[in-house]
Amino acid sequence: MSESNVPIERESDIVIARQQGRQLAASLGFSSTDQTLLATAISEVARNIVNYAGRGEITLETVTDGGRRGIQVVARDQGPGIKDPELAMRDGYSTGNSLGVGLPGARRLVDEFDLVSSLGVGTTITMKKWLR
Amino acid sequence: MAVPILKQGDVLIASIQAALSDRDLVDLRDELANRVGRLRSRGVVIDLTALDVLDSFATRMIRGIAYTAKLRGADTVVVGIQPDVAFAMVQLGLALEGIATALDLEEGLALLQARKAERDVRK
Repeated sequence: MSESNVPIERESDIVIARQQGRQLAASLGFSSTDQTLLATAISEVARNIVNYAGRGEITLETVTDGGRRGIQVVARDQGPGIKDPELAMRDGYSTGNSLGVGLPGARRLVDEFDLVSSLGVGTTITMKKWLR
Repeated sequence: MAVPILKQGDVLIASIQAALSDRDLVDLRDELANRVGRLRSRGVVIDLTALDVLDSFATRMIRGIAYTAKLRGADTVVVGIQPDVAFAMVQLGLALEGIATALDLEEGLALLQARKAERDVRK
């Protein structure tokens, strides 16, 4: 499995996405802790899709950079977009009914985190975690 | 997949499985609040041993379950949080403030027993 696509349409898809992420991480030789960190980060970005966009998709693939190997997670939706991405990445900030730790928390669980969003167009979050 | 709830004396034990959906957690909260009253339970143990991911929503729900049970007169102990899960929760910035935790089911039941003994002494 080098690339897989998980449609996120309902909350039960969140579990599917994080389980596939964990499997991919395990097959690459990630430690059990890193598998859990990645699965938790996927859970948060998938939940973000369900809560704010309603539907979207998560793509999981293995990536290499020089000698490094890792996993790239892309969470994409065509939802309303995030008005102030900088604010959304701040701990404790939430426009929904949540703790406001989801996205800033997910960023701390991975090595690279990039959020691109435009109003009325959608949001794409790209995360990478490297094998160590 | 509904979470099985076992009754042991005046304690309810809910063992959560790996593929826990949001819906299951909401159902569990409602079911526990209901049974605490119906069975006059004084304690609730939520066993997370089999759970491999505890994200922000699940944490919020577990807190909600514990607070709801408290308002219904039962103490909650969360047991079995795995080392990797605990580490991920710390990184995420999640906490179970004000909620008792114990290493495993045995320790959790012992904690509830100790609290009960304390209450009985005060009577």
